[in-house]
Amino acid sequence: MRAFAYTRAGDVDEAIAALAASPGGMFLGGGTNLVDLMKLGVASPGLLVDIGRLPLTEVRETPDGGLRIGANVRNSDLAAHPAVRARYPALSQAVLAGASGQIRNTATTGGNLLQRTRCLYFQDVAKPCNKREPGSGCPAREGVHRDLAVLGHSAACVATHPSDMAVALAALDAVVHLRGPGGERTVPLCGFHRLPGDEPHRDTVIERAELVVAVGLPAPPAGRSAYRKARDRASYAFALASVAAALDVREGAVTDVRLAFGGLAHKPWRARVAEEALRGAPATEESFVRAAEAELAAAEPLRDNAFKVSLARNLAVRVLRDLAAPDGGEASAP
Amino acid sequence: MSTPGPVRLEGREKVTGTARYAAEHTPPGTAYAWPVPAAVPRGRVVAIDTGAALAEPGAVAVLTHENAPRLKDTDDATLLVLQNDRVPHRGWYVALAVADTPEAARAMAAAVRVSYAPEEHDVVLAPGHPRLYVPETANAGVPGSRERGDFDGAYASAPVRVDATYTTRALHNHPMEPHATTARWEDGRLVAYDSCQGANAVQETLAGLFGMDKERITVVAEHVGGGFGCKGTPRPQVVLAAMAARHTGRPVRLVLPRAQLAAVVGHRAPLVQRLRLGAGEDGVISALAHEVTTHTSTVREFVEQAAVPSRAMYVSPNSRTTHRVVALDVPSPSWMRAPGEAPGMYALECAMDELACASGVDPVELRVRNDTAAEPDSGKPYSSRHLVECLREGARRFGWDARDPRPRSRAEGPLLVGTGVASSYYPVYLMPSSAEAHVTETGRYRVRINATDIGTGARTVLAQVAADALGVALDRIAVEIGSTALPAAPLAGGSAGTGSWGWAVHKACRALNGMVDARGGTVPPGGLTAGADTAGDVPSDPPDAKAAFGAQFAEVTVDRDTGEVRVRRLLGVFAAGRILSARTARSQLIGGMTMGVGMALLEGSTMDPRFGDFAERDLASYHVPTHADVRGVEAHWIDETDLLLNPMGSKGIGEIGIVGTAAAVANAVHHATGVRVRDLPILPEKVLG
Repeated sequence: MRAFAYTRAGDVDEAIAALAASPGGMFLGGGTNLVDLMKLGVASPGLLVDIGRLPLTEVRETPDGGLRIGANVRNSDLAAHPAVRARYPALSQAVLAGASGQIRNTATTGGNLLQRTRCLYFQDVAKPCNKREPGSGCPAREGVHRDLAVLGHSAACVATHPSDMAVALAALDAVVHLRGPGGERTVPLCGFHRLPGDEPHRDTVIERAELVVAVGLPAPPAGRSAYRKARDRASYAFALASVAAALDVREGAVTDVRLAFGGLAHKPWRARVAEEALRGAPATEESFVRAAEAELAAAEPLRDNAFKVSLARNLAVRVLRDLAAPDGGEASAP
Repeated sequence: MSTPGPVRLEGREKVTGTARYAAEHTPPGTAYAWPVPAAVPRGRVVAIDTGAALAEPGAVAVLTHENAPRLKDTDDATLLVLQNDRVPHRGWYVALAVADTPEAARAMAAAVRVSYAPEEHDVVLAPGHPRLYVPETANAGVPGSRERGDFDGAYASAPVRVDATYTTRALHNHPMEPHATTARWEDGRLVAYDSCQGANAVQETLAGLFGMDKERITVVAEHVGGGFGCKGTPRPQVVLAAMAARHTGRPVRLVLPRAQLAAVVGHRAPLVQRLRLGAGEDGVISALAHEVTTHTSTVREFVEQAAVPSRAMYVSPNSRTTHRVVALDVPSPSWMRAPGEAPGMYALECAMDELACASGVDPVELRVRNDTAAEPDSGKPYSSRHLVECLREGARRFGWDARDPRPRSRAEGPLLVGTGVASSYYPVYLMPSSAEAHVTETGRYRVRINATDIGTGARTVLAQVAADALGVALDRIAVEIGSTALPAAPLAGGSAGTGSWGWAVHKACRALNGMVDARGGTVPPGGLTAGADTAGDVPSDPPDAKAAFGAQFAEVTVDRDTGEVRVRRLLGVFAAGRILSARTARSQLIGGMTMGVGMALLEGSTMDPRFGDFAERDLASYHVPTHADVRGVEAHWIDETDLLLNPMGSKGIGEIGIVGTAAAVANAVHHATGVRVRDLPILPEKVLG
C-alpha cells in the first residue's frame, strides 16, 4: 500500500471541495472494498477523504410515498429498516444476501453502489486488465471467466457488477442523488452504472469529485417484490445470477412487473424486454418463461459461463411464479 | 472416557489474544520482509533493479539471488530460494524486500523491477501428456504401481462392471494463520519462531541449509493457527526470514501474503482417476483397477498416492493400482489433509456407489459384502477393523433403511433430496519420539516434549495421557510443548502426533513413577526427572496392518432451478481405537468432515494456462464452507480396543474425517438428481447440465 494523505470531511461541501482540489484522491466510505483494493495495489489514491462520519445516515419518508436513503446508511441498518422490510422486501432481501454480517455492519449504501468488480484479473496488478489499466488487454475473455458477464459485455471487458443491493434498486426504479462542485443532480439507478464498451475503466456516470449523497426510492410498486440469489455457497459468495422482481397480478393477468438481473453484466440488468412481454399477459409459467427467454436472447455467453443464462431464466421464472402464487410460493426456500 | 474431557489448556490465552503466534514475537529492532514472486511462468531472471525499492522510505535491503546467503543443498529444492536465476514456475520467489515496517516492505517489493527471459511453459495436466511416467514411489513411500492376480482377465469376465473416471482440481490448505516466521541471529545462534507442524524438522533442515550444528538453532512453534499439511515440512518463509536476518543483522519477520500461498506452500495436485470394478451379481468384487494421473513440479517430485486406498479397502483378488505423473511448470504440490486417501477414497467410494446401482445391491450392504479381515495388498491381518460396525451403526443413526434407492425419488417443493454413503479409511502411522517427565518435591509434574499443537488440542490430550499414566489429577500437570529446546519429537502429521508423542509421554511418566516407587514414594529436593525415547519400541515392519475406519452418510438438497447443492445432514461413525478426549476428537472429526464438504461442493482452483498460476488465491475466490453451509454435522465413534497400537490404544483422528465425505455427498447428489457428477467440486452448472 502506498503512503496517502487522509482527511475527515466536516460536511458534504468540505468533502467535495477536498476531492476537487486533489486529482488523485478518493472518498472513503465503509472501506470494505476500497481498503482491500489499496492493499492489492489496484487503487492507490494520494488522498482519502473520509466521508464515513457525514450525517447522511437517515432513511426518510418522502412526500411521494417513497424513501430517501442517506448514502451513509449502513447495509445492516438498511436491510433492517421497518419501512424497507415492509414496503420494499426485495431490497431488504438483496442487502441481506450480500457479503457477511460484519461487512454489512460497515458497508454503506453509497459505497455498495460504487464497489468494483471482483474479476480476478482486475484484482491482480501483475496481469493486464482494461478496467484497471486501459489498453492493456482483457485476459478474462479467454481465461478464467466462469463468474463473469453474459450480457452487455464488450471486447474490452467482461466484468460483472458485484452488488446485490443495486439489483433490487434497479428493479424498484431508484434514483441516485449526486452532489458535486457544480451542484446537485439526480440520475436513475438504471443509468448510473455503465456498460463497459471501450471505456471499461468507467464503472458509472459519476463525475470527478461528485459524491453520492442519497438513494431515492419512489413509492413501492403495486403487488409484491422479492430477491433471489444463486451462489456457490450458502453465504458470503457473489451471485452467479440473481433476480429482483416486483409483480402485480389482477384477475390472472400481469398488470405491473419490474424485473432486474444481477451477476450477468457490468451493471444491474433491468429486464425491460421481459417486462414489456409480460405486461398484460396471463400470469402463467409459460408467460414467465417466454419473457425471461426474450430478455436473455441477447446473451452472449463466454466459453465457461453459458450456464448462467439458463440459471437466470430459471431464477426469473421461479421468482415470478412465487410472486404470482397466492401463498407466496417457494421464493425464499431454502 | 465418556465425559467430554477437559477444555483446552491454552483456551484462555487463545480467546484473550495473549497466546503468541510466530508473527507476534517482536524482538527489539525487528525488520519486516515482503517477498517478490516471479511474474512469468518459466524462464530466467535477467536483471533485478532494486534502485527504486531501496529509495523507498524505511528501506533496509533487497535480497536477490545475487546477494542472498548461499545455502547448502537439500532434498527439498522448494527451500533453495534466491540461489540462482531460474524461474521454475510463476510465483517462485525472486527477491525479498526488507524494511522498517511491513507497509514499507510491501511498497519496496512492488518497486523491485525484475527483467526476465521467459521460456515456453507447460502447465496443463492432460491425461495423454507425452511426458507422463510411472514414479518408483508415491508420497509416503508407497510403490508407484502394484499388480495382484490378473486384473484384465477377471475384469473381462465379470458379470457386473463399472468403468468411471473422476477428476478433481487443485486444492489449497489455507490455514487461518498464514506461514510466518520471526528469525534472529545472536552470537552465531539462530532463533526462529515459525508457524510449522514440527519444529525439529525445521531445525534440522535449517542446520543443513546453513551448514551449522543444529544445537545452535532453536525453533519455537508454541501456538500454530492451523496447518493441514502445508506446514508439515519447512516452507520457504523460515529460510527467507533466516537469510534476511543474517543479511541485515536485524531480527526479521516474514508473514506470507495469503495470495502468495498457493504458489509456495504446496497444494493437493489435480487428479484424474480411472476406476474399474468388476464384480459378481452379488456385488462381490473380483477385479479392481485404480489408475491415477497427476502432476508435480519441475522442482520436486511429489505424487499424491491416491490409488492407495484401493490397496486396503475391499476384497480384490485381482488388482491394479498405478500412479502416473508429469512434471509441469507449476507450483510444487505437497501434503494436504489425508494426502492420497482423501481424493483416492472420493473416487473409489463413488465407484462403489456406481457398482451398487449396477448390481442392485444396497450401498451399505455392498460395502459389508466386500469387507476383508486382511489388507488385500499386503495380506497382513488388520489389528482391528470395524468398518462393518461403523456402516451398521451409521445406517441406524441416519435412518438409512427408510431410503428409497431410486434416484430422483424424493422432492420437497423445488428441492430434490438425496442421501449417500461412503466409507472412511486412514492408516495408523507411528513415529519414534522422546519426552521427559519431572516431579517436584511438592508433587507437581511437568511434561516436556516438542509436540506441536496446530489447533487440535494436542497440549491438552498429552496432559490427559500423562495424568492417566501417572495416576494423578490433571491440574497437577504442566505441559511444555512447541520448542526444539524440549525433547525431540516428530511433526503433527499423518494423524500420528497423539499416538507417537503420547507413547513417549506415557513411557516417561511410567518411568518417573518407577523412580518414585524405587525411593519408597518420596521425591528428593530438586525433584526427579525421567526421560523416554520410543525409538526401540515403534516397530518398523509390524506383522499386522493398522488403520482407522469409518462410514459417512450425507443428505443433500439440490435446487432444481439453480443447481445449488446444500448438505442438510452429515453423519459419521468412526472406529479409531480408543478416543482419548471426546471434546477434541469430536472437533477434529467434524472439522475434517466440514473440509470434506468443501472438497465436495466448493473447493478447487483453476490453473490459468496463459499465466501459469492458480487463479483463485484468496478466500473470496477460493471458497471454503461457511457456517451456513454446515447445518447438521454429527461425529460418533464406536469403542475399539486394540492393544497392538500403542500403550494408549489410540489411532489417529486428524485426517479420517475428511476421507469419504466428498463421496458421500456426491453419491447423495446422484441419488437426489440422477445425475452422476464425476468432477469436483459439484458446482451448480454440473447439476443443471
